[in-house]
Amino acid sequence: MATVTLKPIKTPELIFEGYSITPDNFAGKTAAQIADLPGHEGKILMRLGDFFEISGNAGETAADTNIVITGDCSRVKYIGARMTAGTVTVNGNADMYVGGWMKGGKVHIKGNMDSFCGIQMEGGELICDGDAKNHVGCAYRGDWRGMKGGTIRIRGSAGNDIGTFMLGGTIIIEKDAFIHVSTHAEGGTVIIKGDVEGRVGGQMVKGDMYVLGKIKFMMPGYQKVDTVEKEVDGVTYKLDHYIGDLGERHGKSKGQIVYANLYVPAAA
Amino acid sequence: MPKLIKGVGCPYCGSSCDDIEVLVSDDETKILEVHNACIIGTNLFHHANDPTRPKLPRMRQPDGSMKEVTYPEAIDWMAKTMLKAKKPLIYGFGSTNCEGMSAVARIAEKAGAVLDNCATICHGPSFLAIFDNGYPSCTLGEAKNRADVVVFWGCNPMHAHPRHTSRYSIFPRGYFTQKGQMQRTVLCIDPRETDTAKLADHHLMIDQGHDYELFDAFRTVLRGFDIPETVAGIPREKIKEAAEIMKKAKFCMIFFGMGCTHTDGRNHNIDAAISLTRDLNEHTKCSIMAMRGHYNIAGPGQVWSWQFGFPYCIDLTKGSHAHMNPGETSSVDLAMRDEVDCFVNVGTDAGAHFPIQAVQHLKKHPFIAIDPNFCMASEIADLHIPVRIAGVDEPGVVYRMDNVPIQFRAVIKGLPGVPSDEELFDMVYERMCELTNTQPVWLAAKADRKYPESPAVI
Repeated sequence: MATVTLKPIKTPELIFEGYSITPDNFAGKTAAQIADLPGHEGKILMRLGDFFEISGNAGETAADTNIVITGDCSRVKYIGARMTAGTVTVNGNADMYVGGWMKGGKVHIKGNMDSFCGIQMEGGELICDGDAKNHVGCAYRGDWRGMKGGTIRIRGSAGNDIGTFMLGGTIIIEKDAFIHVSTHAEGGTVIIKGDVEGRVGGQMVKGDMYVLGKIKFMMPGYQKVDTVEKEVDGVTYKLDHYIGDLGERHGKSKGQIVYANLYVPAAA
Repeated sequence: MPKLIKGVGCPYCGSSCDDIEVLVSDDETKILEVHNACIIGTNLFHHANDPTRPKLPRMRQPDGSMKEVTYPEAIDWMAKTMLKAKKPLIYGFGSTNCEGMSAVARIAEKAGAVLDNCATICHGPSFLAIFDNGYPSCTLGEAKNRADVVVFWGCNPMHAHPRHTSRYSIFPRGYFTQKGQMQRTVLCIDPRETDTAKLADHHLMIDQGHDYELFDAFRTVLRGFDIPETVAGIPREKIKEAAEIMKKAKFCMIFFGMGCTHTDGRNHNIDAAISLTRDLNEHTKCSIMAMRGHYNIAGPGQVWSWQFGFPYCIDLTKGSHAHMNPGETSSVDLAMRDEVDCFVNVGTDAGAHFPIQAVQHLKKHPFIAIDPNFCMASEIADLHIPVRIAGVDEPGVVYRMDNVPIQFRAVIKGLPGVPSDEELFDMVYERMCELTNTQPVWLAAKADRKYPESPAVI
C-alpha cells in the first residue's frame, strides 16, 4: 500500500472542484504527476499542485493507494467522488459531494462535511466524525434511483433529505437529523440514533428505518402493527414496529403487500 | 387623437392577462388610460410615463457616486468584467421577454457563468418535484371551463394574482361551468385567514410548515386507511370531508404557491401534492398548477430548458456541459458560500429579495444591474444599464403560469437610445467575441435579422 499525502497550502478564492482527488485518478502516478492533475476553480482550469503540496507516489492500482489530506478542505468539493477502491482520509472538514457516486473503497472525514455526501452511492464506506449537512446518501435531482449500496456513518448529526429515493445500502446517523428521512425510498436501511423533527418515511414504498430517539411529528400514513426485539448496529432494542406509508403505492410479494418498516423504541 | 390599443398583455403577475386596453397619446409616447387591468398592472403601465426614468447607464465612481456613461462604455465594462471573473452569476429574468433570456444565454456560455432565474427563490422547488414526480397539469382555460372544485394551497391570489380568480379559477363562467362561482367549491389551505381564505367555502387552517403531513393524510384517507385524530392542526373529520369533496368533484384543480415551495420540505411538499393529484385521478379528473409569480417567470424555464436542458441554476463554468444542482448552483447558496465573483441582476431586484447576508457577499465583487427603473439592486450596483420595459415599450414572447406562450406587444415608443434586453445582450456578446478574438454564433433567424446582407452562420 502506498500513501500519497496532500498538504493544503492555499485556500481557494472561490471553491476548488477537486474531482481528481480519488485513488483511481492517482493510481500509477508519481507525486509530480499527481500535482499536475486537473481541477476547476470557477471556469479556470487549475492543478492540484496549486492548492496542495503533494508527497509520496501512488500505488499501482486504486486499491493500493491511500490518500491522506493533512488539513482543512472546507472549500474543496468532490473529494473521493466516483472512487472504486483505496482509501481517502481527510484530517479536517470537507465540502460538498464527498464520496458521491462512489462504488468502493473507504472515505474517512475527521471533521464536518457539507451537503450531497454519498449522493447516488453504490458501494464502499463513508465515515464522517463530525456533522453532515443536507442530502446524505440522496439521489441526484430527478433521478428515481438513489443510493444503491455501501455504508454511510455520520458520527454527528445531519440535516434534511437523508436517503431520498434510496434503493439499498445503509445510512447511520449517530446523533439527530432534521426532516425527510427515506422519502420515496424503495429499499435500504436508515438508522438515526438521535431525534428527528419529522417526515420520516414519507411516500416510502419499501425499506427499513430505525429512529432510536424521538420523532417530533409522526407521518399520518404510519400505523403500529406490533412490538419486536431487534438488533440495531450491534445493540438489541425492544422496538415498536410501524408500517407505511399507507398513502403510497406498494408492491406485493407472495400475495402479501410489502410496506416500509419504521421502528421506534417501545413505550415502557 | 389618442389611440386605444386592444388585446394588450399585462407585464405584472403570472396570470399574464391579455385583455388589457391601453389608451396612448397621439405620438405614442405617453400612456393615458389603462382599462381592464388590476391596480398593480395599471400602475405598471403608468410607470412608463415617469420622466425620471434613466436614459443612460450609470457607473460607480471611486468616490462612491454614480456617473452617467455612454452605452458603448458600459457594454465594454460589462464584457470585460464578465470575461475576467472566474465564476460570474447572472440572475433575474422574472420580468423580461423570452428574446432577452435567449440572448443572455450566449453571454453566459461565453463567460462560463451560472445562469439562474427568480424561480430559485420562488417556484424552483416545484421544478425539482416535477423532475422527481412528473407534472399532471393543464392550461388555465381548462381550469376555467371544467374545474368545479378549486383548491388554493399556500397561495393568495386575491393579493398576488388579483385577476386570477375572476379570469380563470373562481368566478368565470366556462363551457362546463356556466354558473360560475355558484358551481364551484373552493377550498383554501393556509395557516392565515387570507382574503382568498375568506372567499373559500372551506378553509383548512393548517399549522405552518406541516403541508407535507396534510398531503400524506389526504392520500392515506383516499386509500381507505385511518389517520390520527388531528394532522397538522386539522381534525380528522375535516380532512375526510375535504378529501370527499375533492373525490366527488367532476374536475378538481389544485393551485399551489409559495406557502408550499418555501416552507420546510420545499420540493417534497410539491412532490406530495403531485402524488395526491395522481391519486385523485383514480376517482375523478384532477390537475395541478404552480401559481407562478411574474408574467414571464415561466419563460426562462422554457427557453433555457430548450437551450441547456435545465430550467434554472445552470452552471456553465465547465464550457463543455451544463451542471444543475440547486443547493449548490442556486443563486443564494452560491452567494452565501462565496462561490461567485461577479453578479449580474437582470429584470428583478436581488437587492430587495435576497437575504441581506447574500447581498453583502455579492457586493464584495463587481455588481451589475440591468433594469428599466431605479431599484435597490441598481442603487447598490457598480454599473446600472437601463433597458426598455418588456410588455410596455418592447414587444416579445412571454409564458403564462400554465406555460402557454403569449405574444406581448409594445404600446408606446421606447425611450430614444435605450436598447431592449435582447439588443443589449447581443451587443455585450459581440464585444466579448471581439475581446476574445472569436466569431459570434447566431441562430439563423437572428443572423438574417442582424446581417441581412450575409447568409446565416448556422
